[in-house]
Amino acid sequence: MYAQMVKSEATQDDPDKLVAFQARIDAGEKIEPKDWMPEGYRKTLIRQIGQHAHSEIVGQLPEGNWITRAPTLERKAILLAKVQDEAGHGLYLYCAAETLGVSRDELTEMLLDGRMKYSSIFNYPTLTWADMGAVGWLVDGAAIMNQVPLQRTSFGPYSRAMIRICKEESFHQRQGFDIMMKMANGTEAQKRMAQDALNRFWYPSLMMFGPSDKDSVHSAQSMAWKIKMNTNDELRQKFVDQTVPQAEYLGLTVPDPDLRWNDDKGGYDFSEPDWAEFFDVIKGNGPCNVERLAARNKAWDDGAWVRDGLMAHADKKRARQMAAE
Amino acid sequence: MSKQWPLWEIFIRGQHGLNHRHVGSLHAPDADTAIKHARDVYTRRNEGVSIWAVEAQHIAASSPSEKGPLYEPSESKVYRHPTFFDIPDDVGAM
Ligand SMILES: [Fe+2]
Ligand SMILES: [Fe+2]
Ligand SMILES: [Fe+2]
Repeated sequence: MYAQMVKSEATQDDPDKLVAFQARIDAGEKIEPKDWMPEGYRKTLIRQIGQHAHSEIVGQLPEGNWITRAPTLERKAILLAKVQDEAGHGLYLYCAAETLGVSRDELTEMLLDGRMKYSSIFNYPTLTWADMGAVGWLVDGAAIMNQVPLQRTSFGPYSRAMIRICKEESFHQRQGFDIMMKMANGTEAQKRMAQDALNRFWYPSLMMFGPSDKDSVHSAQSMAWKIKMNTNDELRQKFVDQTVPQAEYLGLTVPDPDLRWNDDKGGYDFSEPDWAEFFDVIKGNGPCNVERLAARNKAWDDGAWVRDGLMAHADKKRARQMAAE
Repeated sequence: MSKQWPLWEIFIRGQHGLNHRHVGSLHAPDADTAIKHARDVYTRRNEGVSIWAVEAQHIAASSPSEKGPLYEPSESKVYRHPTFFDIPDDVGAM
């Protein structure tokens, strides 16, 4: 998902404390920053929440790409609001991670030098306006699938961040679907663009949930700790079951010849994405990895004088105030 | 590396006269900027009419290990709740 393939850290803490900790989680208690927690829990969460935060921030780039070229002023205002929301999501999540003892700047630097990852989905380009529809509909739709259960995660600050985020996400998905409806009911050319966007974003969206459960070795510990609430395959299935009828409503075709309803399981059978492509994108070889990281690095470097200048000004004001008192 | 902006905790009072409520945190160089940032992030959908920003380092917090001694005294004092007292129905609403 926004946090894909987060490795659970092994933990070497006092066994009695571990048992008591697990009992708290099993009882549905929230773990708060100052409570005792296993080192592995802390480290896994920093990695997971950090990766989630980075995804919100890097995720602004493919959509930001279209703000100046939105077809109408209203679409432009809507897209701008959506992209601004994502900045807020990044903020909520960075703040949640910070309560675990890592600083915001450390997290940013780990993103910028490649030590930390962000979701593979944002390494795909947004080539046409229809992609803004597909991203809101599919990418935010997949994110919601994952984020709704995470509202119940065991770590208090993470859970509270998820609750705030979920409140805003349904606007994101609806504005995307609204774009798709316009395009799918438009001219032949618009309809082709909508279909093309679905073709390109379908499998990358399925990849957002991470590798298949049989290849996902780190789930068990994270699920016991309630920092992962569902398996990757469970969520992917749910996403397909929800999305296929929506594609039908739009009159678009999901690009999967093997997609069909399976009465026995009460869900669709569908083709797996190309996992070799997924691992390659994660490794840094997707179509936009280099561009995305370059854009984040440039923004950070170009903004340095502003951050430093405002800090220096604030320090000077404080010093003056102290001298006057 | 340059110095990181300090962390602020943000409290917002909604429209209906309730208390300021903690909504989240953010980084800002000073109080004025913290309030502006809070406006930009935490009041995007009419969430509030008043913002408090408190630098996080100035907040004193009770520690979780004191949970027992801090809150235990109130657990045994059931008479602090109105439901402790049986008032006959004949008396009417009270
Ligand atoms: Fe988001
Ligand atoms: Fe998102
Ligand atoms: Fe979103």
